[in-house]
Amino acid sequence: MKNQAFLSSVVAIILGLLFGLLIMIIANPFTAIPGFFTMIGGWLMNPEFLRRFGDLIFLTGPLILTGLSVGFAFKTGLFNIGATGQYTMGMFAGVWIGIYGDILGPLQWVVAFIAAMVAGGIWGLIPGLLKAKFNVHEVISSIMLNYIGMYTVNMWIQGDANLFNIAFSKTKAIDLNAYIPTTFLREVFTRSAIDLGIVLAIGFSILIYFILYKTGFGFELQTVGNNRYAAKYSGIKEDQSLILSMVIAGALAGAAGALYFLAKGSINSGNQYSVGNELLTAGFDGIAVALLGQSHPFGIVLSAFFISFIQRGGYFMQTLGIKVEIIDVIIAAIIYTSAMAMLVKDTLLKYFKRGGKK
Amino acid sequence: MSFADLFIIVANSTLFFTVPLLITALGGMFAEKSGVVNISLEGTMVFGSFFSVLFINFMQNTFPDFDPSIMLLIAALIAAITGSLLSTLLAFSAVNLKANQVIGGTAINLFAAPMVIFIARTLNNVKNIPFDQTFNIQKVPLLGDIPIIGDVLFQDINILSFVGYVIALVAIFVIYRTRFGLRLSAVGEHPGAADSVGINVYQTRWVGTLISGALAGIGGLVFVVSSSVTFSGQVSGYGFLALAVMIFGQWKPEKILFASLFFGFMNALSIKYTLIPVFDGLSLGYFFTVLPYLATLGALILTSKKSRAPKAEGIPYDKGSR
Repeated sequence: MKNQAFLSSVVAIILGLLFGLLIMIIANPFTAIPGFFTMIGGWLMNPEFLRRFGDLIFLTGPLILTGLSVGFAFKTGLFNIGATGQYTMGMFAGVWIGIYGDILGPLQWVVAFIAAMVAGGIWGLIPGLLKAKFNVHEVISSIMLNYIGMYTVNMWIQGDANLFNIAFSKTKAIDLNAYIPTTFLREVFTRSAIDLGIVLAIGFSILIYFILYKTGFGFELQTVGNNRYAAKYSGIKEDQSLILSMVIAGALAGAAGALYFLAKGSINSGNQYSVGNELLTAGFDGIAVALLGQSHPFGIVLSAFFISFIQRGGYFMQTLGIKVEIIDVIIAAIIYTSAMAMLVKDTLLKYFKRGGKK
Repeated sequence: MSFADLFIIVANSTLFFTVPLLITALGGMFAEKSGVVNISLEGTMVFGSFFSVLFINFMQNTFPDFDPSIMLLIAALIAAITGSLLSTLLAFSAVNLKANQVIGGTAINLFAAPMVIFIARTLNNVKNIPFDQTFNIQKVPLLGDIPIIGDVLFQDINILSFVGYVIALVAIFVIYRTRFGLRLSAVGEHPGAADSVGINVYQTRWVGTLISGALAGIGGLVFVVSSSVTFSGQVSGYGFLALAVMIFGQWKPEKILFASLFFGFMNALSIKYTLIPVFDGLSLGYFFTVLPYLATLGALILTSKKSRAPKAEGIPYDKGSR
C-alpha cells in the first residue's frame, strides 16, 4: 500500500513535468529542452553547488511546515486552506518579537518562534471553533480569515513606525538575536541562506508522525477524520479533537512564517515582509506539498524538497529566457493529477481484477 | 457637496464593485446548485479576463475605429468561452473521476494565473496587458436624463453593467421557472432521486459547472475593465469574495443580487467614506475593507446549523450507490 502511494505521487510528478515540458516546447522549442534539464537538476551541477544546495535546504524548511499544517489537517478530515492566513499571522508575531523583544537577549529567536506558533494557532482555532460549534465549513471560514488576517496584519504594520519601513513598504529588519542560529552550517554551505530551520522542520515532521501514529490522541484524530459520526459514537470527543487539530495545523503554519522571516540571508527578499493586498502564496504551496506527500509526515518532507527543488530550478531557468511561472503551472498540474491518481489507480485495479476473473 | 451628489458618487462606486461580484457569484451558484463546489472562481476570473483583454488589446491596436461596446460584447463572449473551457477541468475531475472537488478547484486556481502570466510574458515579456479605457457610454439617451437614477444607472457606464443586470434576471428566471433550473436544483439536493426519475445527473452537473465557468470568465472581464486599464494577472480575491456573496445570498439568485449590493456598498465605503461628513477624519478604511468578510463569517454562523446549501454539494455522485 505504501509503495502504491509513493508510486502514484511519482506518476503525478512525471505527468506534471511532461505537461510543463510540452508547454515549454510550444512557447519556444529551442530553449525548452536545455531549460527543462536545467530545471530538473542542471541548476545544481555548478561550481556554486554548496551555496545553491544550502539555499535549497533553507527554502525547504518553511515548505515542510506549511505542508505539515495542511497534511495534518487532512489526516483529521479538514481542509486547511487557511494556512496562508496562519502563516501571515505567525510572520507578524515573529517579526514583532524580533523587533520589540530586545530584552530577551539570546532567547529572542526562541520566543519569536513560539509567538509565531501561538499566533498561527489562534488563527487556526477560529475556523476550528466555528466548525465544532456552528458547523461552519472550514474552507469558507478559512478563506475569509485569510483576507481578514492579511488586512489586519497590514494595518498593524503600517500603523507602527517601529515596524514599518515606509520607503520600501516593508517591515524593518529584525534584531540579530532574533535570527534562527546558523551554527556551523554556513561554514559548510558558504554564502548560502541555510540555518537551523531545517532541523526544526524535520523535528516537527517526526513529532507529527509520532502524534499521528503512536499516540491515542492521534488515533482519535484520524478516526474523526475518517468518520466524524462513528468517532462520536465510539465515545471520542469529536468537537474537541476537531478544534485541537485546527490549532495544531495553525501553529505549524505559523512556525513556517517564523522559519522564513527569522532568517539571515538575501534569498528570502531580505526577510522583510512586503505590505500588499495580495495573499502570500506560502499556504497554497503547503497544499501542494501535502497533496503530493499524501499527507504523510515523511512524504511531506520529500515532497517539500522536491517542490523547493523545481522552484529553484525555475529560478535559474530564467537565464534561458523561460518564464518562471511555468513552475507553478507544473505544480498545479501535479496536484490535479495526484488528486485523480488514486482514482485512476483504483479504476485500473478494478479493470485488471475483472479481466483476471474472466 | 449636496446629498444628491454624494449619493450618486457612492451609488456609482457601489455598482462598480457589485457587477463583477454579482456575475461571478451567480456563476458559483450554478455549479453549487448542481452539487459541484466551485472554489476555482478566482482562477477562472483571471483566465477569462486574460483572453478577453488580449482580444481587446489586439483589436484596439489593429482596428482603432471599431465600436467599443460591440468590442466589449465580443470580449465577454471570449471570456465566457475560455472560462468554461477552464471549468471542463473541474467538471471532468469532479463528475467523471469523482475526485475531491475542493482539491480539484484549488489545483485550477493554482494553475490559472501562472499559466496566463506565462503566456503573457512569453508573448510580451511583461505580465501586464494594457488597453484603452474607451468603453464608457457617456449617457444613454432619454434614460440618462432621469434625475439621480439616470445619473447612477445610465451615465458613464459600460455596456457590461447592463449585461450583468440581464444575467441576474435570466438567472432568477432559469432557476425558478425552467425545466433545466429545477433539474439543476434536484441534482444538487438529491442526485439519487433525480436519477431515478430519469434526469441525467452527470450531464446536468457538467452543464452547471460550465455555466459557472462562463459567468466567472465574464465576471473577471468586468472586474478588469471597470477597475483598471491593464490586465495584471490577478483579480484581487474577487473570486473568493464572490464565493462569500453566494453563501451570504444563500444560493438563491435574488438574494445573491442583494448580497452583492451589500458587498459592493461596503467596498465603495472603504474607498469613498472620507467624503461622508460623519466619517470624515476617522480612519475607517480597514474597517470597511474587512467588514464584508466578517459579515460573511457572521452569516455563516447564523445559517450553518441549518444550512440552505445544496445537500449533495461536494459529494461525487456514483450511480452504483443509489
